[in-house]
Parts: sequence; structure tokens; C-alpha cells
Amino acid sequence: MGAAHGGTLSARYLPGSTAVHRLEPHAKLVSVLTFAVVVVATPVHAPWAPAAYAGYLLAVLAVAAVAGVGPGRLLRGLVVEVPFVLFAVLLPFVAGGPQVEVLGLSLSRTGLAAGTGLLAKATLSILAATVLAATTEPRALLRGLERLRLPQVLVQILMFMIRYADVVGGELHRMRIARESRGFTGGGLRGLRVVGATAGALFVRSYERGERVHLAMLSRGYRGSMPTGPSVPVGTRSWAVALSLPLAAAAVLLAGILLG
Amino acid sequence: MCNKVGGVHVPDGFLDVPTSVATGALAAGTVALALRRSRAELDDRTAPLAGLAAAFVFAGQMMNFPLPGLPVSGHLIGAVLTAVLVGPWTAVLCMTVVLMVQAVLFADGGLTALGTNVTLMALLAVVLGYGVFRGLAAVLPRTRAGILTATGIAAYLSVPAAALTFVGLFALGGTVDIPVGTVAAALTGVHLLIGLGEAAITVAVVGAVLAVRPDLVHGAARLRPATPLAGRPTTTAEVAR
Repeated sequence: MGAAHGGTLSARYLPGSTAVHRLEPHAKLVSVLTFAVVVVATPVHAPWAPAAYAGYLLAVLAVAAVAGVGPGRLLRGLVVEVPFVLFAVLLPFVAGGPQVEVLGLSLSRTGLAAGTGLLAKATLSILAATVLAATTEPRALLRGLERLRLPQVLVQILMFMIRYADVVGGELHRMRIARESRGFTGGGLRGLRVVGATAGALFVRSYERGERVHLAMLSRGYRGSMPTGPSVPVGTRSWAVALSLPLAAAAVLLAGILLG
Repeated sequence: MCNKVGGVHVPDGFLDVPTSVATGALAAGTVALALRRSRAELDDRTAPLAGLAAAFVFAGQMMNFPLPGLPVSGHLIGAVLTAVLVGPWTAVLCMTVVLMVQAVLFADGGLTALGTNVTLMALLAVVLGYGVFRGLAAVLPRTRAGILTATGIAAYLSVPAAALTFVGLFALGGTVDIPVGTVAAALTGVHLLIGLGEAAITVAVVGAVLAVRPDLVHGAARLRPATPLAGRPTTTAEVAR
């Protein structure tokens, strides 16, 4: 499962200068979060729900097209969903309520709707988040979170985590190469002992490196917060552009409620 | 550990809106409390070390280990591990940050389910796991073996506890009407197994750190008088003589 976290944190970013790239990061964060809320708020058992999902999908794909995020990247983003596909596929078989005959199988009607809804909602939100990560640098995301008034300590921890992630990852990579060149193949309970010792050594090595970095920062005048440039005010127009995705989704939802 | 199989990295749309809002409020309250209380464990200027712990948990979740007899491999959650290493309040912050990065950059665990995920893995797993750890550490002998036993049991219990709480939330605000008993049985069964891996790896890591830098293990602070940092024990004994 951990394969989904592979690579460095910034590997998710696709450089570019599209309209989506140019939007302020905090506006994008608000947009994606609102979109997810609208998608989740869609009633699963309404007869018009599949039409609404299709509408949301169109909206996200349109944004992805504007942002130049290709289908390959979107599909790779969906890999995290795989375990849930299993769960969703099982739902029609285990859920209670009235049964419906599909291709000779007796399936639960509510389970079928719930399974579809679950998959559709998770997929749509993952697609939106994938576009966000592909068009926003991790450091810009941090600035966005800061502008959304995330507490300073959390922003600091996040910032250092993003900076250290590559350091710790690199350390881990070197240790893995060393381990394998000594003939370690892994697997089984004996492998677990080696992996545990590796993790312990990784912590100590990373921590000691962090201590040195911290002392170096203190000696260069670090006082508990990183200097940031002045933040540019965001005009109504760019907010309108950023919020067009959740607004389109909300329009679809409203149409469903009124017409359905 | 392979939470995603057990469903602890909750995706968007799994729980209804009121439940998500309620767990979100609970998570926000806990994080606010942790922000205040963590100052006793780390001052503002040691945020880098907390960030490092978060990066470490993140990297630790990349290390897969095999689960005997299951078609999936597991990886560490790290709640008890972090709590024992850096202290419970800082651990709440570290786990929250890891979950945020996973939700925003990797779409792993939904954005609207972030509150739920924080409640399960940052709040419940840390608070309950650390509570069990402290309770056991108070009873068990103040030795390396005692600390490691307490750590292992706490790490083991934290996994099915998080899974069971998820089942509870699912019963309250699940969007699917499958029998709660079925979910509980399936999830608890898998997580009882997964907990073994979590416990094994947590004990291995804490043991390794305890052997090299016992001063870095927050949960073993009471061991320190027995192993003074200045010089090796033999040297101290010679000096004492």
C-alpha cells in the first residue's frame, strides 16, 4: 500500500503556467475542499445521483484539461483508491434491503447505490486533489495553508516535514542499498527484525542530522518562523475563477434537487 | 499498517456530512489543545524536530512488511511509536500533519474525511495507545524490557481500537446500510492481525533507539537516571569507585 507514497513529495508537481497554475494556492485549496463537500453532500439514493456524478466528473475533467494534467497522471492519482474498489464491489452482495436481479445475481438495491456512490465520490474527490497537487508546488501549498490561518506551529512542522522528507527518504534509500548489497532479501519474520532495526537506525540518523540542521539555523538567526514575502491580495476575478469548479458542482447538485 | 485495507484512511463520501463535521470539530479541538500542551514537550524553536518526526513517520509508512497469510503487505501507522518517541501532544501534531500531507498531496484519505482520519489515527490511536503505555509502564519494572513490553502492548491495542472506533462512526453515520456486526467482525479480525505487525515494528524501532540514544525516547524518561548520558556505564562505575 505504501507504494502510493513513493517518490519525493514534489514529484507530484507538474510545472506549467496555465490558468490553474497561476491561481493563488489558498484559493485553490478552498476550491477543492468546497468541491469535495458538495460531492459528499450529494444524496446517494436519489434517482438522479448518477447524472450528478457525471456532471461533477465533467467539471473536474474540464479543469484538468485547462491545467494540462493528462489522463495518465489522473489515473496514477487514483491508485490510492484500489482497496476501496474491493470494498465497494462487495457492498451489493452483503448489504440488506430489497434485492434486485442483475445478470442472474441477486444484489441489494441499497448496496448497489451505496457502492456506486462510494466509488464515485471518492474518485471525484481524488481527481480534484490530484489536479491541485499537480498544479501547486508543495511550498506554495504551505503558503496557502498559512493564509487560511492554519496555526503557525502546524505550518512550521509541515514545512520542516516537507524539507526533511527528502532527507529521510534519501537516508532510507542508502540504507536499503547497503542492506541489499549485504545479501538481504526480505520477507518473513526474520526480515521483520532487520526492517525494525533499519527503522530505528533511520530515526537516530535522521534525528541527529536534524539536530545539526537546527543548530545551523539557530546560528543563522532563526527565531521560530521563516521569513515570508508580502502576500498579494487576491482579486474578485481570481476568486471567481478558482471557485468556478465548486460553483459548477453546486449548480449540478441544485439542478438535481430541483428537477429530480 | 495497511489501514487502507481496514478502511482507516477514510475516503470522501464514506461517512455522512454530520458525522464528518462532528469528527472534524473534535479533531480541531484536540489539535488546538495539543498545540497548547505540546509547548511543554517542545518549544516554538524546536518545531524542526517535530517536523523531522513527522517526516520519519511518513517515510516509515513507505516501508512495507509482509503480513503472513494475507494478500496485502502492511506498513506502520506509527501513532504509538511517535507518542513514545516525542511525547503524546507532539505526536498528535505530527500525525495530523502527516494525514494532511497525505490528503492534500496524495489524495489518500479524503479532504472532507480529514477530521475523521485525524480523530482515528492522531487522536484515538495516540491518546489510547499512550494511555495504555503509561499505565503499563507504571506497573511494569522500570527496565528496558518493561518499557518495550508496554510499548508493544500499546501499539498492538491501538490498531484494533482505531478500527473499532471506525466501526462505531460507521454505525452512527455510515452512508451504507450493511449490518454493523459484519463490518465489526471483518475489520476487527483483520486489524488484530495487522496490530501484531505494528507492535513488532514499534518495539523494534523503540528498542533500537533506546539502545543508541535513550535520551531521544520521551516515554523512557524515567529510565534515564539508571543510564547516565555521560560516559558508558562501566566508566561511571569506575569513577564511582
